[in-house]
Amino acid sequence: MADNALIQKIKPTVAASPHFKSHETSQGMMLDVIIALVPALVASVWIFGPRALAVNAVSVVSCVLFEYITRKLLKRDNTIKDLSAVVTGLLLAFNLPSTLPLWMIPIGAFVAIVVVKQFFGGIGQNFVNPALMGRIVLMVSFAGPMSKWVEPYKWGETVDAVTTATPLFEIQNGTTPTPDLLDMLIGQRAGCLGETCAIALIIGGLYLLIRKVISPSIPLTFIGTVAVFMLIAGKGDPNYLAYNLLGGGLLIGAIFMATDYATCPLTSKGKIIYGIGCGLVAALIRQFGSYNEGVSFAIILMNLLVPHIDNLTKLKPFGYIKEKKQKEAKAE
Amino acid sequence: MLKHIAGVLSPAARGRGGVKVPHNKNTEDCKIIRMPAPEKVVLPMQQHLGAPCTPTVKVGDTVKVGQIIGDSDKFISAPIHASISGKVTAIADTVLANGRQAPAVTIESDGEMALFDGIEIPVVNNADDFRKAVRDSGLVGLGGAGFPSHVKFALSPDKPIDTIVVNAAECEPHITVDYRECLDNTLYIIRSLMIIKEYLNIPHAVIAVEDNKPAAIVKLQKVADEVGDGSIKVMALKSRYPQGAEKMIVYSATGRKIPLGKLPADVGIIVMNVTSTAFIGRYLETGKPLVSRSLTVDGSAIIKPQNVRVPIGTNLNELIDFCGGFKPDLDKVIAGGPMMGTALVNTNVPIIKSYNAVLAFSKGTLREKPDNNCIRCGRCSQVCPMGLMPTNIMRSVKVRDFDGLKQSNVIACMQCGTCAYACPAGRPLVQYVVLAKDMLREEGAKNG
Repeated sequence: MADNALIQKIKPTVAASPHFKSHETSQGMMLDVIIALVPALVASVWIFGPRALAVNAVSVVSCVLFEYITRKLLKRDNTIKDLSAVVTGLLLAFNLPSTLPLWMIPIGAFVAIVVVKQFFGGIGQNFVNPALMGRIVLMVSFAGPMSKWVEPYKWGETVDAVTTATPLFEIQNGTTPTPDLLDMLIGQRAGCLGETCAIALIIGGLYLLIRKVISPSIPLTFIGTVAVFMLIAGKGDPNYLAYNLLGGGLLIGAIFMATDYATCPLTSKGKIIYGIGCGLVAALIRQFGSYNEGVSFAIILMNLLVPHIDNLTKLKPFGYIKEKKQKEAKAE
Repeated sequence: MLKHIAGVLSPAARGRGGVKVPHNKNTEDCKIIRMPAPEKVVLPMQQHLGAPCTPTVKVGDTVKVGQIIGDSDKFISAPIHASISGKVTAIADTVLANGRQAPAVTIESDGEMALFDGIEIPVVNNADDFRKAVRDSGLVGLGGAGFPSHVKFALSPDKPIDTIVVNAAECEPHITVDYRECLDNTLYIIRSLMIIKEYLNIPHAVIAVEDNKPAAIVKLQKVADEVGDGSIKVMALKSRYPQGAEKMIVYSATGRKIPLGKLPADVGIIVMNVTSTAFIGRYLETGKPLVSRSLTVDGSAIIKPQNVRVPIGTNLNELIDFCGGFKPDLDKVIAGGPMMGTALVNTNVPIIKSYNAVLAFSKGTLREKPDNNCIRCGRCSQVCPMGLMPTNIMRSVKVRDFDGLKQSNVIACMQCGTCAYACPAGRPLVQYVVLAKDMLREEGAKNG
């Protein structure tokens, strides 16, 4: 029989069902995140000048290089094409001040990619957000350079960058912030590279929502909790609320960092608990801590609780009978 | 197309999880054509779920179409009939498409296709006669599961049945035999339903069709209005895989949730495949048992895709030859649909009662994803119609966490493949589920 001969010769592929697969890939999702970060990237260069471009470039290149080298040394397959290292690189850069000496950046990248991500098994296996851990290690190692804030770059003028306080620091300490609320929205203020331009971050977030890469539960509960807390803490002062929402790293944290798949809960119920937790811890640090920026620590802390949140919020299967009812049924 | 009939049909938008899969119903306009009877058929004694049959014929016997050649005295079983007339030439083990071996009766044709003299129109006067007739017909679920149909009709007095749901969802891509049955044998479907309702005293019947088959919905509705007494409802369900899964279709069509580990009968429902339903109607009028079935032969590597009716036991290769053969760039052959079917290594296998399709795909026409790390995106849990968490099951299998597996309710998984379809990392989640079930079985056996 002709066909049998053909089958013998071809040796058809055998694989587990299903034989159809959706178009969605890890790489495609990472690409979506990169696209969502582009507005903030452009804004960072516009706000902090050419120096911002250098920080971004060094961060992305060192993250990708570290990923490549570690996979090679550990004799594992090359994973740089899944683009997750690029995302980490961008997010790390977005969490650094534009004035940071460039040689410090690879240290953060090393912590993010090698220690936090690859030592634990690569993409999806990290227990905390790699970029945030990189930032925190840099922050405790180089406290001075990591908290040197400068005013936005003035294109066409050759003046040296003027150091200044961040608006969040000013509002927390009872002084009137230098930038007005419009500046806060478009990001013309002191701060980390990618965190300042609220509009760019929100556009990115909407893109991720539309592409269904993230669900709205974490950003909404995170920002919402901070908003409620600050409304009470500021005794209803709308300025206090607005600067707290637009200042610091709340937006980038809630939209891009807390929603990292590997380190957020699986179910929507878990995501809501996690988002509220992030918001609460961040607000508490901001309000009562000696440090006026609490988003990074809040996310890292909640990352560590994710396995427990996941355990508590397991899905109930279709047709699940409550234990009490089960017992009743047995008793009958 | 469906908008203007929606008012008549009240489509149920209910349902949970699931994914949109490409329909690829290429053969929907192909009427089922009969394949000439083969020279030889091989009839395995296990073509259904439940107890295997034992051969009732000997080598050298002459048999005719419709004559019983294998039967069992167990309740969950169905007799097997000769599908061609001729001589029994061997009773020996044969390899089935799933790789298992089963004893089989080989019949070589005498070219006559003569009907067995003992075939007569069954006399049905009550529920017991009806159940006996269904058993004698050799009918098993023709939608793919192959569960002996008469077992479903064995009603228990403490579980009254009020609705019969006819599953015409056909949510698997490519397959169109149920759709053709709805269009070409509509009358049998409705008549059969009337009879089942009458003998088993079931007040309601729902024929549930996915809304991507408007022609079938219109035709069924028309015939149900003409012939039926108004107790048969045709319902359009959202086209969403796995809409045709038993628990899903019951929920979508009636809003009732079948509790974990229970059967449709526990919520007062019988689910019947539409082709099986039509078969009962035909059998009660002709008395000809289940000796042939229709299959969709389709896919990018099939030269002439079409719907074909073949005698049961026909060699799969002969069916492929009848459809023009494979294209030379063949990559994968699948028995069943692309979501739940089995990829075949060997096409030299007999066609059994529960197969509804043979698909073959050329190289590069099936989207492949590299098997990457799980990124914990949670897509698998979002789409799982049973509300399970496939990524947790996978993790438990990897670290052999038996407690985790027991809590994961993996037993409730029907292996519909929705999770693995949606997984962006290309994880073989269904394979992990199968491993998980095996692990639990082993562990259970160890603990006695």
